[in-house]
Amino acid sequence: MAPATTTLVESEESGSLILAATGEWLVETAADLDRRLRGIEAPKGRRVTLDLAGINRLDTAGAWLLLRTEHDLMARGNTVEMRNLRPSFEPLIDQVRTAGFVPPARHPRPAHHTIAGFIARIGEISLGLIARAYSILGFFGVVCSTALRVACHPRRLSMTAMVAQMEQTGVNALPIVSLLTFLIGVVIAYQGADYLRFYGLESYTVQLTGASILRELGVLLTAIILAGRSGSAFTAQIGTMRVNEEIDAMRTIGLDPVEVLVLPRLFGLVLTLPMLTLCANFMGIFGGGLTAWSQLGIGIPQFLTQLSGIAPWSFWIGMIKSPFFAVVIALIGCYEGFQVAGSAESVGRLTTLSVVEAIFLVIVIDAGFSIFFSALQI
Amino acid sequence: MPDQSGEPIIRVQNLVNRFGNETVHDGLDLEVFRGEVLGVVGASGSGKSVLLRTIIGLNRPVAGHVEVFGRDILAISDTDQREIEKNWGVLFQDGALFSSLTVAENIEVPLKEYYDMPLRLMDEIAAFKIGIVGLPEGTGEKYPSQLSGGMRKRSGLARALALDPEIVFLDEPTAGLDPIAAGDFDILIRDLRGSLGLTVFMVTHDLDTLISICDRVAVLVDKKLRVGTLEQLMHDEHPWIQSYFHGPRGRAALLSEGEHLQK
Repeated sequence: MAPATTTLVESEESGSLILAATGEWLVETAADLDRRLRGIEAPKGRRVTLDLAGINRLDTAGAWLLLRTEHDLMARGNTVEMRNLRPSFEPLIDQVRTAGFVPPARHPRPAHHTIAGFIARIGEISLGLIARAYSILGFFGVVCSTALRVACHPRRLSMTAMVAQMEQTGVNALPIVSLLTFLIGVVIAYQGADYLRFYGLESYTVQLTGASILRELGVLLTAIILAGRSGSAFTAQIGTMRVNEEIDAMRTIGLDPVEVLVLPRLFGLVLTLPMLTLCANFMGIFGGGLTAWSQLGIGIPQFLTQLSGIAPWSFWIGMIKSPFFAVVIALIGCYEGFQVAGSAESVGRLTTLSVVEAIFLVIVIDAGFSIFFSALQI
Repeated sequence: MPDQSGEPIIRVQNLVNRFGNETVHDGLDLEVFRGEVLGVVGASGSGKSVLLRTIIGLNRPVAGHVEVFGRDILAISDTDQREIEKNWGVLFQDGALFSSLTVAENIEVPLKEYYDMPLRLMDEIAAFKIGIVGLPEGTGEKYPSQLSGGMRKRSGLARALALDPEIVFLDEPTAGLDPIAAGDFDILIRDLRGSLGLTVFMVTHDLDTLISICDRVAVLVDKKLRVGTLEQLMHDEHPWIQSYFHGPRGRAALLSEGEHLQK
């Protein structure tokens, strides 16, 4: 859209090169002017006059281009003179001139775009992971010692905060946990019945559903939902408080952030996750039972007899795991919240990280338990 | 200098803003003329920022008429909206810089959005804007979280000025700055107004700013604006305005300005 009048004209006049600028030197025309200015073959060691009489509109971008041209010409050993600038544009030129010739800022380029950088980055990430594990362990220690201190003075623990956390993490999660485990129960029973029918063992659908829900899926699904739902909320809440300097304010008032923020969340989750697991187990079995009844015609008495066949240990294995998962989720959620520094952007990044880490650790611990229980042969 | 005879560049008529049961503005009128610096003052919570947000179209009023560059902000097409946004710059209270971008990249955002420019030219423009607002060399490479509050404000101003707008809206530009930095900021605004012919709409608490750079002052009292020069408003009978200008801080600021003028 640059008007045709906006140009730079070269001419000679008594041994001096005249560059006459005309038209509108504005941010709108800057891209076009920039191209043309860079195209000019700059003279060396000449007397150059920039004639600005023809400029009828000028803004800072235009002023910058004029000054840059002057600067470039001088750098090549020319003597440069500006003339015929309208008086009304003088303050503008002065302002841009006083801003000085600042070298443009570099755009940060990720270092790992080279092979050496790539390898260095692998090392960096690995060392970072070790440092993280160390730091999380340290945080775990701080939380444990604070918990012990509070255990000696139980009144210090804010019951209100804990109950509020239990409502948010437990009661409010009940519908989604129930629905999901019910559906998983239905799915397992359906699929299981199909495969088992092939061997004529379809009545074992009950055992299959019961064992998988009680041992693994009930507690694992609950933990994963809570990691996504509550672990992320912990990080976001504490992280936002970090950004607002609320944590610092707490410290100056003499409140211990771990005691006030972490313990209610930790204890709340340790209490609610087993309860939610119980509910998840029930709903999963219910879904499986409903399928068994509608697809295989297994009635309630038979269902219960078969279910009691898979020792109560299946149930207890699931329940034993649940508080451990709760500790991991609460710990990671709070830890990442405290890692927030500076900007709101880091809240988002660490929230994602906290969910991924919590789910990862939950599954790792679950695998550990599997090995442990199979060694005990239960 | 302000041209009060011409058409106003911003015109607000009969503005009503209400949140729940609380009425913030009730039949508020305002005209801002090309080239003037208008300071809006008022008690905390009197709705100064709401007024600013309404004029720039971020808040939809309950009733009233808002015109910028002669166009109705409340019933504007998207194309016209873009055209207008190209010609104004807004400095939010804490800079509102995009935290995932460096300062230089922040300044380049509007350039990228509106013009097809080579990267090198954008970098140069960002660099001299950083110089114009008085930030030290090397600031362009930093992220907003690495800057102090005052530097964030200056960076925000540099972004607001990226397209050489005709109007800049400033929300408490000197709040939270030390007196020297605040004074520098005032001088910066005054210089920019002088060289670029800016129209400045400024919400402020700072008496020194009002006295040193504002052509006219608008006081938000009783859900309406009282607009005038400092001189006129000092003789206003309204109790809030009286205590504002004639309280200890007001007197001190006026006194120091008087001394300044005598020198």
